[in-house]
Amino acid sequence: MASVFKLPDLGEGIHEGEIIAVLVKPGDAVTEGDTILEVETDKATVEIPSPFTGKVTTVMVKPGDIVNVGDVMIEVDGEEAAKSTPAAAPQAKTEEMASPAPATENRPGVPTAPGQKNNGPVPASPATRRLARELEIDLSRVSPTGPAGLVTAADVRAFSDNKTTAPPAESPTGVAEPTAPGRPLVIDVPPLPDFSKWGQVTRQPLRSIRRATAKQMAVSWAQIPHVNSQDTMDVTRLEELRQRHKVGIEAMGGKLSLTVFAIKAAATALSTYPNFNTTLDIDAGEIIYKDYCHIGVAVNTPHGLVVPVIRDVDKKSIGALAVELSEMVDRARDKKTGVDELKGGCFTITNAGAVGGGLFSPIINYPEVAILGMGQARWQPVVKSVDGKHEIVPRFMMPLVLTIDHRMLDGADAIGFLNFMGRTLSDPEAFLLSMV
Amino acid sequence: MVMGELAQETGLLVIGGGPGGYAAAFRAADLGLDVTLVEIAERPGGVCLFRGCIPSKTYLYLSELIFDARRAGSMGLTFSEPKIDLEGIRNWKASVVNKLSSGLLTLTQQRGVQLLRGRATFDGPDTVRLHDAEISRIKFKHAIIATGSHPIAFPGVPRKKESRVISSTEALDLPDVPEKLLVIGGGYVGLELGSVYASLGSRVTLIEHGKHLLPGVDKDLVRVLKKRIDTIFTAIELESEILSLDEQAHQVAVTYKKGGEEHTETFDRVLTAIGRKPNTSGLGLETADVKMNENGFIIIDEQQRTSNPHIFAVGDVVGGAMLAHKASREGKVAAEVIAGQPSAFDVRAMPAVVYTDPQIAWCGITETEAKEQGRAVEIKRFPWKISGRAATMGLDDGLTKMIIDAETRRILGVGIVGRATEGLIAEAVLAIEMGALVDDMALSIHPHPTLSETESEVAEIFLGSATHILSPAKKK
Repeated sequence: MASVFKLPDLGEGIHEGEIIAVLVKPGDAVTEGDTILEVETDKATVEIPSPFTGKVTTVMVKPGDIVNVGDVMIEVDGEEAAKSTPAAAPQAKTEEMASPAPATENRPGVPTAPGQKNNGPVPASPATRRLARELEIDLSRVSPTGPAGLVTAADVRAFSDNKTTAPPAESPTGVAEPTAPGRPLVIDVPPLPDFSKWGQVTRQPLRSIRRATAKQMAVSWAQIPHVNSQDTMDVTRLEELRQRHKVGIEAMGGKLSLTVFAIKAAATALSTYPNFNTTLDIDAGEIIYKDYCHIGVAVNTPHGLVVPVIRDVDKKSIGALAVELSEMVDRARDKKTGVDELKGGCFTITNAGAVGGGLFSPIINYPEVAILGMGQARWQPVVKSVDGKHEIVPRFMMPLVLTIDHRMLDGADAIGFLNFMGRTLSDPEAFLLSMV
Repeated sequence: MVMGELAQETGLLVIGGGPGGYAAAFRAADLGLDVTLVEIAERPGGVCLFRGCIPSKTYLYLSELIFDARRAGSMGLTFSEPKIDLEGIRNWKASVVNKLSSGLLTLTQQRGVQLLRGRATFDGPDTVRLHDAEISRIKFKHAIIATGSHPIAFPGVPRKKESRVISSTEALDLPDVPEKLLVIGGGYVGLELGSVYASLGSRVTLIEHGKHLLPGVDKDLVRVLKKRIDTIFTAIELESEILSLDEQAHQVAVTYKKGGEEHTETFDRVLTAIGRKPNTSGLGLETADVKMNENGFIIIDEQQRTSNPHIFAVGDVVGGAMLAHKASREGKVAAEVIAGQPSAFDVRAMPAVVYTDPQIAWCGITETEAKEQGRAVEIKRFPWKISGRAATMGLDDGLTKMIIDAETRRILGVGIVGRATEGLIAEAVLAIEMGALVDDMALSIHPHPTLSETESEVAEIFLGSATHILSPAKKK
């Protein structure tokens, strides 16, 4: 008897992913815990272990497939299947009325769901389960809001509403899918022209990181009134310091980049300007202040842009941050970033300078309220006043752009924050004295 | 009415009028279907009402009265020895059964369900032939098979009329109170009926093949029951094998083997309670493309549908727990699915009750199952020795246990042994079906003094907040 393996829940709010690799083929023996699939979801690659031991009989997916939680991935013949064999007839030695064992698993013809061996069925009340059947919703795909994973009737309805308002997957716009909680974004996008009238085109599906970025940016741009302010900071002394210490940090396994200093400086700035460490809850009419300091760093990878988050920046030394950031970048480039690593950021830093960029205007990473963009530091002629005389001196200058959510913050806040960053980054001593 | 080739058509044909069949027929009629119910007996009710649950519980209530009256002496209230009037008891049982079965008959009529008396066999994928009935053929759009089960006869003993070797069916007719009764089978039918006869005055010996009474029930619960049963029964022989039953004029000579030794003893009657078999042979299921497994149970899906998509099956014929309440739910699911509703049998806490005194009731996962499945659970027990209510009744031989998911704190199973656990278990069923956490049980106020408190107390033992027991392990 075969067991089917369905794509399990991949974590909070994630319902679909792209098959990156299928590591088994029909005939292979698998042991519980073996990695059988690699699935890429919103910017992270997840390795899926086999929940049972046995022989693979059928593989239903191939790399490139977009799969949903609950879809059947593979079929396995083996031990687990044997366990769900229908109940035997009452033996001559058992009681009349047969064994009153209340286990529903023993129903003939109703195999137990594989992959749920040790967790049992999705917790939900009988009425909620009935509602899910009426709405034709697989409970395992619904994100629970009740205690300890309980799926409520409201969860099922919310899932159903999302399902019915989402555009068809082949929609070329990719914009109208509402991801902003509680405030669906509805934009009437005019249909695309037929480009083949003007020349040959090829179409490729919008997938994984590109699609996630498209959604996230569209939500951000549509929801947030962006304002940016810019300045150029003198990081000559900081660069000297960096050069002096980078070998030592390298020995620890970290890369002491200007980004590392900016991350630490941003943590100090966030504690000085707590309005920047917030999220607007428009529906509740409230501002959410965060007492923690997690900072996302945009990482350019061959597969696209990812923004892993460094936790508790305010509690870590610059050396430790250098090491952590290096490891994080490596993981991102190897597509090893975990789903949870991408969540929970308070503020984002993006360094276009790392790829040679100068001034630019970044988009806020919703639902944060500000983002700091760094340009490439370059030697520039700067007019300085020395003993009442003006002279032109070469200084190492770095452009900074701070983009703010004007619903939450004003231009003056932005300039204050930016000047604070400038003071800190141009004067290592001031940095040291202000550092949290 | 003339017997002949009278054929008729129906929207839904229900075969069998037990708790599975009549629940299905009533639900389907309520949903507007044209329903025909075929039943061998005169009235709906099935084994449960005529030869099972209802008669046995009528007698077991009397057993409880006798037990309570006797032990009242130690509480300063002495009754005279009970006078047993077998005729009176049989009449009382008959009146109970009659009252309930006439109620069912009235409901059948009021709902417009056509009740046909007879035996149905399939004649094709959408027709049955009726035997011993006014109508000879019925063509149906949908059918529900609810033909139930029958007691397994003891191998090698031919069934004959007036035999001293009887099954639960004859035992419930209460033909006499044998001086010495042998019960074969330590399942709940053997224990319940053995208790009835013991309380009426029989000296009861029970022989069970296995190592424990009530196979499948957690041993700590069974232990409490066995302690009491040991005082009521004359002997309980476990791990014993019947070698022969030799029926003589007024006695049965029984030879059995225990621990390598053979014993022969004579009994006035022998009650065999060794299991039940589905009533699926002779139904013509092959003709209707309805598939069975190797044990004769009909194979169904989650919506009770058989391999013939127009034919459904419910109750004992599909296997699993052979319980009336399971059959009724399955019957309703089948009726609703046929009426186009998205119903399914997705029960998570099937309750079971053994109506001995003390009763054992349980639902959800058992400790044994949790261990077999390798689930991370915590098991907490509340002994009734510290229950105030149990003390007031002088019935402190009881235990309430709870099986809790160690990680999520969700209640996965509850088992209770003691007086009146049949009612206590319903709260646990609701808790498990609702996905309640142990905290929910603990924080729901239970009235004092009641036996139901044992369920909140056991939850509080897990939390470390129990009032009437010292529990050092504190959980936040």
